[in-house]
Amino acid sequence: MRAGLLGFAIMNFDFSDDQKLLKEQVRKFLADKCPTKVVRRVLDGNETHAEEVWKGLVGLGVPGTAIPEAYGGLGLSPLELCVIAEEIGRAAAPVPFDSSVVLATEALKLAGTEAQKSKWLPMLASGEATGTLAIAEGPEPPRPRNTRATFGGARLNGKKVPVIDGEAASFAIVLANTGGQGERAVSLVLVDLKQAGVSRRRVETVDPARKHAELSFGDAAAELLGGEGEGWRTLERLYDTAAVYFAFAQVGGAEAAMWMARDYALQRQAFGRLIGSYQAIKHKLADCYVKLELARSNAYYGAMMLADGGADLPLAAAAARIAATDAYDFAAKENIQTHGGIGFTWEADTQFHYRRSRVLALALGGPMSWKDKLVTRLEQKNVA
Amino acid sequence: MDFNDTPEEAAFRKEVRAWLDANATRKSDDKQSFRARNDDPNLLKNAKEWQAKKAAAGYARITWPSEYGGRGGTPILQVIYQQEESTYLVPLGFFDIGLGMCIPTMMAYATPEQLKRYVKPALYGEEIWCQLFSEPAAGSDVAGIRTRAERDGDEWVINGQKVWTSGAHYSDYGIIITRTDPSVPKHQGLTMFFLSMKTPGVEVRPIKQMSGGANFNEVFFTNVRIPDSQRLGKVGEGWKAALTTLMNERLAVGMPSGGLDVDELMELARDTELEDGPAIRNQQVRGKLAEWYVQQQGLKFTRYRTLTALSKGQTPGPESSIIKIVAASKMQDMGALAMELMGPAGIMKEQVPNAAGFQAQWIASAGFRIAGGTDEILRNIVAERVLGLPQDVRVDKDVPFNKMK
Repeated sequence: MRAGLLGFAIMNFDFSDDQKLLKEQVRKFLADKCPTKVVRRVLDGNETHAEEVWKGLVGLGVPGTAIPEAYGGLGLSPLELCVIAEEIGRAAAPVPFDSSVVLATEALKLAGTEAQKSKWLPMLASGEATGTLAIAEGPEPPRPRNTRATFGGARLNGKKVPVIDGEAASFAIVLANTGGQGERAVSLVLVDLKQAGVSRRRVETVDPARKHAELSFGDAAAELLGGEGEGWRTLERLYDTAAVYFAFAQVGGAEAAMWMARDYALQRQAFGRLIGSYQAIKHKLADCYVKLELARSNAYYGAMMLADGGADLPLAAAAARIAATDAYDFAAKENIQTHGGIGFTWEADTQFHYRRSRVLALALGGPMSWKDKLVTRLEQKNVA
Repeated sequence: MDFNDTPEEAAFRKEVRAWLDANATRKSDDKQSFRARNDDPNLLKNAKEWQAKKAAAGYARITWPSEYGGRGGTPILQVIYQQEESTYLVPLGFFDIGLGMCIPTMMAYATPEQLKRYVKPALYGEEIWCQLFSEPAAGSDVAGIRTRAERDGDEWVINGQKVWTSGAHYSDYGIIITRTDPSVPKHQGLTMFFLSMKTPGVEVRPIKQMSGGANFNEVFFTNVRIPDSQRLGKVGEGWKAALTTLMNERLAVGMPSGGLDVDELMELARDTELEDGPAIRNQQVRGKLAEWYVQQQGLKFTRYRTLTALSKGQTPGPESSIIKIVAASKMQDMGALAMELMGPAGIMKEQVPNAAGFQAQWIASAGFRIAGGTDEILRNIVAERVLGLPQDVRVDKDVPFNKMK
């Protein structure tokens, strides 16, 4: 189908006033309760996350934002969760938002049985439990064919690493081999992490503010999430949804990094004037802004597709992800660059976005695979 | 969040579409372009006819007051008209500079009598205007111009040269920025005028562009006499007037829409064989296609956000600069890849019909990165106006113009 001579319209391509109010509310809360020194505290220390920040977000209803009221959530739309995601990203908040509020919750909504949803969603909404996703098994991008964890006879065996928030999570959704050919070789299984057959070991990563773990399963009791052999397809759909929320978080983070660089450029002097008055810095930050705005625009379209259940979600999600990853990577590294030597110290706040940008870039698969996926989806659309 | 008009916008769109259906032919495919047939010697005549028609219907400049032929409408209505018009096969392009830049400047500085005389003929396409700003020594640095205007009684005598003047060869009038006092710093010694391009002493010479066409010109002024009544604004306040013009430039120039984009490049990649199979299967090609698609969509949805702001009565800011920064280079790089897909034959103008359109865009885009605000100036604008970074250091700001080397 060719776009082009379809009707035009002027559009209402923006968030509502209420959604903007919610955004402000979350932003204020995080500015107050999650300044960079909180990120630093988690980065430097042993905590799995900033519990007081998480509690505050739970108090604001954040985990239940997109959970239907029937399951104890606020029953709001994806649009509300998008604006919240942006603020979480802006603060680089060390909380289980991406893992639990996005990945685990959306996986349950997508593929859970009534029983599974009734059991876990209310606990997620109330903050009583958190969940995470466990897909990778070490180096190599995960594929059905290289998934060695197995599930059979209601028992899960194998290792998953790195698992974000794996230490603190109550349950995990795990990609496991259940026999079958090609993509149908794998299924998603739901496993309660608080049982004897599960052991957890913290693994060191480039972003200690988001703790990751290696999960080992030895005959752990688990159950299918979604149909057997459906795991890869469900994961693709989950990643499309998650890609949009992650894109908002990446946009928030990119914007924070850009303004941090701008603020520094308005303080620091060299050769008798502000470094911000040199074109090398001006143009660098202008490029940050351009990438950021294009990423934001793509994220908006992703949000619209999520909210409307639009058929264009796979393409929209891929575009949002690619644009946002590029924007955050660029802003984070050029923020360090703008700071000069001081940007490379442990003491500076520039490292938080640099580290976080890589976590978000790789968690759902990196830009190379999404670009390939995007072109495949475009090819499919053009023959339709 | 949706892609819908408000009820008022939808009603206006319906009205416009009905009028267009009655007065023009719909394009059968959105790649059709009136411009594609610009070897037609009647193009200008046809364009003037169309302009007169739409001006009579009140669509040519909807935001202008009705005394000048507009409807006193909001900017969003003009956007709606333009969107609808773009789906019809009509000749456009000759009047954008005049109506978008020159006449707004006139409206800010000319007398009511002058507006009565000049606005309607411009709106109806009877008279065409050009913008006489750039000179060989001053392009991005508009205030650095040297063309002199010297007072002689009730007249001014203009000597000098302008360059890159689009449309001067078919223009009837122009607005011109001149230096009236070289003994003061550059911004303070400028004065704006308007004049007939037929005034004795004005000579227009076309400049051949890299693309082969000659849409812009050198304009020479040799002892050109104009009355003081054609001065726009006070003597020495030409910079203020120029800013009014430039403010409107970014809205008037900007990237042409349509043209070959990712869809067409994908088609080309499907139909082209590389060493290891169809280009569309090559990972490097796929990676680039994906990046350009992401940019294409990002530009589209940034425009939608601007339209939404306009629809809510907000004024779009310098954010629109970002579109040209991205679009021009994207066109250049896509053009280069399209040619690469053809191998050594990518440079040929014959036997490679698929790549021909991309070749033309590869050439044209080199100009787009410069015209209407260079990449570098646009980045300065983003840095200064959006990010609040300091202006570049100007070594000539306070130096009398005639003391500069």
